[in-house]
Amino acid sequence: MPVITYREAIRHALAEELQRDANVVVLGEEVAQFNGAYKVTEGLLEKFGPKRIVDTPISEAGFIGMGLGASMLGIRPVMELMFWSFYSVAFDQILNNAANVRYMSGGQINCPIVIRGPANGGTNVGATHSHTPENVLANHPGVKVIVPSTPYDAKGLLKSAIRDNDPVFYLENTILYGDKGEVPEAEYLIPLGLADVKRTGTDLTIVTYGRCVIHSLKAAEILEKEHDVSVEIVDLRCIRPLDIDTVLASVAKTHRVLIVEEQKPFASVGSQLAFMIQREAFDELDAPIHRLATVDAPAIYSPPVETEQLPNPQRIIKAAIEALA
Amino acid sequence: MSKKTSATAEKKGEPSVKDAGHGRAPVNASLSREAKIELYRQMVRIRRFEERSLRAYQAGKKIGGFLHLYIGQEAVAVGCCSLMGKDDHVITAYRDHGHAIAVGMDTKPLMAELYGKATGCSKGKGGSMHYFDPSRNFWGGHGIVGGQVPLGVGLAYGIKYKGLKGAAMTFMGDGAVNQGAVHESYNLAALWQLPVVFVIENNGYSMGTSQERSSAGDLAKRAEGYHMAWGVCDGHDLYEVRATMDKFLRAAREESKPAIVEIRTYRYRGHSVADPDNTYRTRTEIEEYRRTKDPIQVFQEKLVAEGVLDEAAVEKIDTEARTEADVSIDFSEASPFPTVEDIQKDVYWEADNPSERKSQGRLFFD
Repeated sequence: MPVITYREAIRHALAEELQRDANVVVLGEEVAQFNGAYKVTEGLLEKFGPKRIVDTPISEAGFIGMGLGASMLGIRPVMELMFWSFYSVAFDQILNNAANVRYMSGGQINCPIVIRGPANGGTNVGATHSHTPENVLANHPGVKVIVPSTPYDAKGLLKSAIRDNDPVFYLENTILYGDKGEVPEAEYLIPLGLADVKRTGTDLTIVTYGRCVIHSLKAAEILEKEHDVSVEIVDLRCIRPLDIDTVLASVAKTHRVLIVEEQKPFASVGSQLAFMIQREAFDELDAPIHRLATVDAPAIYSPPVETEQLPNPQRIIKAAIEALA
Repeated sequence: MSKKTSATAEKKGEPSVKDAGHGRAPVNASLSREAKIELYRQMVRIRRFEERSLRAYQAGKKIGGFLHLYIGQEAVAVGCCSLMGKDDHVITAYRDHGHAIAVGMDTKPLMAELYGKATGCSKGKGGSMHYFDPSRNFWGGHGIVGGQVPLGVGLAYGIKYKGLKGAAMTFMGDGAVNQGAVHESYNLAALWQLPVVFVIENNGYSMGTSQERSSAGDLAKRAEGYHMAWGVCDGHDLYEVRATMDKFLRAAREESKPAIVEIRTYRYRGHSVADPDNTYRTRTEIEEYRRTKDPIQVFQEKLVAEGVLDEAAVEKIDTEARTEADVSIDFSEASPFPTVEDIQKDVYWEADNPSERKSQGRLFFD
């Protein structure tokens, strides 16, 4: 099976869907001539031309709103935010218009739009460029939220997102763009809302998603070798819809839970998970649910310290040992 | 108000078309008697519908939340929407009752929407500010000032992408012109030459703040900064609205040229029913406009002078409009409210179309 990067997996998904459906169009800052700020869209302009691959001005409220308007007419825009952090300047369009227009019209309208781009810390770009808004986005009924961790998932989920008839927000990670993984050449789709057990184990369930899956896998190896602990890792892949059943099945097996997330702790995705697990699997739990999140402050710039602000394998190991105590 | 009609970016601020008697403009001269009566009737229907809704709000306490009345502005929506072809689209803000009726929506579901009934045009989920009818190319009905304007540019983008000869009329109030999203929209429309006509319905007041106290410079002339065509016209004269808009809509449809048109109008009621309307303007000002520039009165006089309407016809149209408004009230009163189970319908397309659902997992949470 070919081994490609996370970046290439996203690009292949875009190219395949552009090829398949003439209504798919890619818009964003520097996605065309510049080949993408993170080179995700490299080569697409050459292949599909300027009608399908469109450079926008730095004007997120304008172009995200424009994409939404076009989606109401049946265009399927895939909008790139250079950073998801810039969602704040398009907030009204994303949350009032994308999330609400179907409801307010009594179901007469749907917006088949995808908004994608990286949403992560860890690159020493300071607080303005390091937001992880998946909890904020998923708080709005009407939208779907995906955070893929591997090239295989990135491709299969993006293809499903582009074909979805609801607004889908797809959150990538700049640090994962170069990560490699096996991706089949034959076409495949991964349904939204289906979690994936990335590692099986018996002593502790780590529920996580995005780059924290990669950190957790590293931590689990060390925990097994050095602490004789068997960790199961559930990768949510999708925040909304949420595959809570796979999480509960794992909890029923291990009876202990550590949630790992690159989120600020207050009202995070993990907060919602902890509520649901205690509500629906209270009797399965042998201990309180533990959580490892980003240290609660705006993203610090200082490079060595930012590593410690975010979840990382060492922090996960420590948190896992505490969860097992 | 002046009779300036239009100008273009090339002719810096100079009106390029003098008032030539708008009734004689081809777009108006070609109207049949029946079509003229129908335009008049639409304005009367909007007025009677809204007056009736206000009574239901105030006396009957049947309507919740906000109610932004269009009374005084009727010639704008009717004039503009009467020019729509099959690939033309309309989007507006929260003062949307006039546009909804002007695009042809039935007043029964419109009143029922105000009542919060399941038979409302948005099933009682949108309310006064959120009327929609995509089957009539009417895309709302939006509550956030200026928030609909990028969507209007998107409609134009969709029209152009599909290779259609249409235009997206994107309405906003004079209070919207200072929102960032509006300027971003202007830039995108001009940059990509999208077939959008931005219509600023300037009723003089952004909520309770006058234009002079909220906006620097001329509103439509800001188009020059984007090398976009622009125009200004009076909104109490339906013929003038049509004559002005026709030119810009043709340029949008045929040459994919965007434009900003400021239509000067006036609202008789407060910003919404919550506005006591006693701080920012005088009764005299309202009465003066009503006496000299009421759009229904102005058009009625023109049609009487043309021999299209007589007193009996005017009376009949008014009676029918009042009856229609009453019927819409009866319909609303008799209609059921949505159920608690309905709250979670119309949220996701996938949840509403379960046989076509591809995703898994929970879409809703307790």
